[in-house]
Amino acid sequence: MKIRLVEVAHARSGDKGDTANVGLIALKPEWYELLRRYVTREAVAAHFKGAITGDVTRYELPNLNALNFLLHGALDGGGTLSLKTDAQGKVFSTALLRMTIDVPEQELQTLGLDAARAAR
Amino acid sequence: MKNVVRVASGQGFWGDSLDAPRQQVAGGQIDYLMLDYLAEVTMSILQKQKERDASMGYARDFVGAVESVLPAVLERGVRVIANAGGVNPPACATAVRALTSSSNSDGLRIAVVTGDDLLGRVDELIDSGHALTNMDTGEPLASIRDRVLSANAYVGSTPIVEGLAKGANVVITGRSTDTALTMAPLRHEFGWGAHDWDLLAAGIIAGHIIECGAQCSGGNCLYDWRSIPDLANVGYPIAEASPDGTFVITKHDGTGGRVSVPSVTEQLVYEMGNPHEYITPDVIADFTTIRLEDAGPDRVRVFGIKGRPATDKLKVSIAYSAGFKAVGTLVYSWPDALEKAQAADRILRERLDRLGLRFDHVMTEFVGASATHGPLAYADLHDLEPSLPEVQLRVGVRGGVRKDVERFTREIAPLVLNGPPSVTGFAGGRPKVEEIVAYWPALIDKAVVATKVEIV
Repeated sequence: MKIRLVEVAHARSGDKGDTANVGLIALKPEWYELLRRYVTREAVAAHFKGAITGDVTRYELPNLNALNFLLHGALDGGGTLSLKTDAQGKVFSTALLRMTIDVPEQELQTLGLDAARAAR
Repeated sequence: MKNVVRVASGQGFWGDSLDAPRQQVAGGQIDYLMLDYLAEVTMSILQKQKERDASMGYARDFVGAVESVLPAVLERGVRVIANAGGVNPPACATAVRALTSSSNSDGLRIAVVTGDDLLGRVDELIDSGHALTNMDTGEPLASIRDRVLSANAYVGSTPIVEGLAKGANVVITGRSTDTALTMAPLRHEFGWGAHDWDLLAAGIIAGHIIECGAQCSGGNCLYDWRSIPDLANVGYPIAEASPDGTFVITKHDGTGGRVSVPSVTEQLVYEMGNPHEYITPDVIADFTTIRLEDAGPDRVRVFGIKGRPATDKLKVSIAYSAGFKAVGTLVYSWPDALEKAQAADRILRERLDRLGLRFDHVMTEFVGASATHGPLAYADLHDLEPSLPEVQLRVGVRGGVRKDVERFTREIAPLVLNGPPSVTGFAGGRPKVEEIVAYWPALIDKAVVATKVEIV
């Protein structure tokens, strides 16, 4: 069953040069494992395909129930060079929350995530 | 030694709320007021101001901020630490001093930290083998030497601690790290040593949490955002630190906003790189060791932090001139707002081509449709598109030839009469041509940079 990340996580993003970072934080501690298993580096790279020009790096912060993603080549050069509305990557956070992950229904139920949360 | 030291944040960037510093001293007991004014490109803006007028080159808002908290500094012993000095900390101190002499206050001791400014030393440094290679691209600084506008090393907490030890109640620095402004008073008060890595890392992380002002106390907080109360009266954050390196993030009673585990977590991940090594001049902090705990309403306890020895390098923030840019916008209305904006974009680009203008890059965004999430929004857009009430066409160009960018700015308004229909939103006039000041991050040996602390 597909579920959108906005149902299970919150996020904040920022910039370092031409790289945007997105910190993805589980809304409940017990949902961190879901993020860790399904929001892989590869899945995020596929999600942002066409929106960024570089690689994706992923770090795990189990202490904060969070993952940190670095999206390279995300900001049209970054800083003052960038012509983008979001030159500082402030809303790459919500762009990541658009992503859907495919999780077996049984697993969602175990985590208290019923069908109502499944992506429409 | 105090058991608890309260460091309050009153400014998250130059341009942040003018009232926050005064609210932080008026709202309750604090020991230190920390004000962060400098972003990556701020230094080059200040450098230009200094070139026009040798008494400028600092964050002028700071003078008003000191004025607004002066009684607390002189009567209650609140000490102010700010990187407001920009590229001219002595001039900043002079301006603050002028303010106080007119109000008859001699209890002010201002410490001025200098030595971070490397602009006058760039040739000497390159000649002596410091390539100041761009950390992102690997290019040596020599490739853009003639376009360098400012160059400043990020310095750590040590000179601020020295200023506090000399009895300063206002410390003005140039390009200190944002986090040092919070960590330095903790080092000073608790006598933390320069090799107490875990304690220094804790101070740095306290600094990281409060350096963006209200962004950790309910501002820009996505978690349960509708329920965050009274943002019009948002409370800026306070770190209540203990000698053992644990601290509580809180805010004054009676203020709006919210300090919670989610609000603090969002700020912790903001602008994060590799969480295992948050590198500062003082220490390498490990964000994967941070523990957060709900400690009551608007109180979050932070503990468990580990640090490692600092490197022998400092980061250098170099700004250089990198051409010109301009961004023009027009608004197209329903029906078929996006389609009209797309047609206008095609026409505009064809005209730019015919004029033979040279740009490094032309970028189009459709605000209201796909500007912020780009192609990720297309799937949702497909259903919404026919009903969009309006779409803003936003076209930006950048390049090295000023007159070509100027000419671009003349090509927007004509579209109102000679392009697709149902267009408005041009009242702002022609777009402005901006000189691009770009950022060049580099590293330099610590031994090369000597800071100086003077009481004035």
